[in-house]
Amino acid sequence: MNIIVVGLSHKTASVDIREKVAFAPTNMEKPLAALVAIPDITEAIIVSTCNRVEIYATTHDIAGGIARIKRFLADYHKLSLDTLDSHLYSHHGEAAIRHVFRVASSLDSMVVGEPQILGQIKTAYGYAAEFKSSGIILNRFLHKAFSVAKRVRTETRIASSAVSVAFAAVELARKIFDDLSDKTVMLIGAGEMCELAAKHFLNNGVRGVMVTNRTFERAERLAEEFGGRAVQFDDLFDYLHKADIILSSTGAPHCIIGPKDLEEVMRRRKLRPMFFIDIAVPRDIDPKVNNVENVYLYTVDDLQEVVTANLQQRAAEAKKAEEIVDQEIGQFFKWLSSLEVTPTIVALRAKFDEIRKAELEKTLANWKDLTPEGQKRLDACTAAIMNKLLHPPTSLLKQAGQGGRVDLYVDALRALFELQTGEPEPGDLQDLDD
Amino acid sequence: MNGLLYFGTLGIYFLGTIAYLAYLVKPRPQLGSAARWIVFAGFLVHAAFTLARYFEAGRTPITNLHESLSFFSLTIVGVFIIFDRKYRISILGSFVTPIALLLMAASMLFPMSINPLNPALKSNWLVIHTVVAFLGYANFTIAFGAGIMYLIQERFLKQKKLGAMYQKLPSLDKLDDINYRSLTFGFPLLTFAIISGAIWAETAWGTYWSWDPKETWSLITWFVYAALLHGRLTTGWRGRKAAILAIAGFFVMLFTFLGVNLLLTGLHSYK
Repeated sequence: MNIIVVGLSHKTASVDIREKVAFAPTNMEKPLAALVAIPDITEAIIVSTCNRVEIYATTHDIAGGIARIKRFLADYHKLSLDTLDSHLYSHHGEAAIRHVFRVASSLDSMVVGEPQILGQIKTAYGYAAEFKSSGIILNRFLHKAFSVAKRVRTETRIASSAVSVAFAAVELARKIFDDLSDKTVMLIGAGEMCELAAKHFLNNGVRGVMVTNRTFERAERLAEEFGGRAVQFDDLFDYLHKADIILSSTGAPHCIIGPKDLEEVMRRRKLRPMFFIDIAVPRDIDPKVNNVENVYLYTVDDLQEVVTANLQQRAAEAKKAEEIVDQEIGQFFKWLSSLEVTPTIVALRAKFDEIRKAELEKTLANWKDLTPEGQKRLDACTAAIMNKLLHPPTSLLKQAGQGGRVDLYVDALRALFELQTGEPEPGDLQDLDD
Repeated sequence: MNGLLYFGTLGIYFLGTIAYLAYLVKPRPQLGSAARWIVFAGFLVHAAFTLARYFEAGRTPITNLHESLSFFSLTIVGVFIIFDRKYRISILGSFVTPIALLLMAASMLFPMSINPLNPALKSNWLVIHTVVAFLGYANFTIAFGAGIMYLIQERFLKQKKLGAMYQKLPSLDKLDDINYRSLTFGFPLLTFAIISGAIWAETAWGTYWSWDPKETWSLITWFVYAALLHGRLTTGWRGRKAAILAIAGFFVMLFTFLGVNLLLTGLHSYK
């Protein structure tokens, strides 16, 4: 049995192609059922996000399976296969396993390390499980992919750092305050970056927002949007001590907050820390403010530097993640190959036992004066002979399951003893797990 | 047997310290849990050693410098394990286990022999007074570790050097909180140690307070921490100031514990 992957992503197709091929999450039953109805496609999962559409399936016939899934994608979305084909990639065998492990670990994402993709694949798997289009192999495969993604996330720092200025600000705040739920953000002035950062802080659970602006109406409008309160610009220093995180981006030509102003503010705050983020150019906040005890000042350039460093770190961590993926591929591939082993062993034993029992019956039918004790002994003796004969091929097969030549032995045994094996049963596989 | 446990403790603390220091600079979470288990194992061996000494001597092994240093080390590790369990701050181990290791190593410099106890000191107060004092000291050691961590993390944040160690260290607020909490345990313990010492002194020497160097320095230590707690509760001495005072307090406390015994003579100078 082979795992194949067919799909397209932000790397091979622009958004206007991707949106045409996307599957609606509200209607997954139909395409999944259609997929497993295709001849020789036994299991299938559809992953459809805004950045990728991929189908994972199992088949005996790699080339045919891939071609049929491509045809399905084109037909289902009423596109011509010729135009679609140039955007599609396909993988099988080890490459397919590697691909899915990398996707789940967010190594193939537009922003490497972004955490959403894992959830999206879990959702996709949920549909496949619900509509019974995935079976023993894809179930195991996807669970393995989830555990690889988890390993990557815990053993590398690929997703541990912010890659946007707004998130970098939130992360810094967490390193100062720990808990943001009782903290207040103050916006001085307005601006896209400022508002975006304020939104991030709100999403990360700050208690409240204060907004001040030279034009009070504007402050009021923003305050309403954020569910906060507007403050007159002239009253800034009457309210500043109530703010823990200050986002400033006024158009003022000179600094509006200096270290002297903060002496009184810090006294009123009983020295509780303050985090200033100065987004304005020219600066709103005197750089000397950073020297005030328990006050931390970051400019937008500082935050940008943090983001750049984080991106570099992600690239370095991605290398470690690839190593983890490599290790896990080997393990999973071993399991996949061993899938064929257990049914073969079971069939071989069944065949031998069938012959033994038939011959034993014939013998006993003509051997009238044999005592029941003697019958028992004869049965045991033939069983022992059979087990002794079967022992070397059985253990060889089990060992081969950990090496690479397993297909060779499985095929040879099937041909030599005219074995017929069906699909593996879940119960057969337990002893060969891991 | 005792020797085996003793050197076993030393060896395990050494490994634990190495693991914690590696955890501090290497971004590998597995190192942290390895270090935690190593130190926990060290604590068990150390406790077994202390118990063995207890049965051998027939009293709490805390009457000479060798025993005191070892016992101090034991309480530090024990209190650290509790803080780690409660506040999930394993990185604190990178700053506290080296101290425990150094104290253990220092105990090697003093004779391990079990000396007969001055009959005047034979009392249950021996256990109460000393164990409480060391538990207080251990909490101050935690405050010291948190203080050092605070100053390092504050420096990273002020200078905008956000490297691997910055990532590993907790937030300033959390460190400040640990500092405060360890003081709220340590200060009452120290207070109780001083009071129980006075009561014991009255029964043993006939006077509550004799301005023995140990007593004087305990009082100084008490004032340092009292000032810190007072400043915290009234004028909001937090963050940097609190961290610096907790570090200063630790050195005063260390002098009370070691300096007084080694450098000054008085009723408490057991060696």
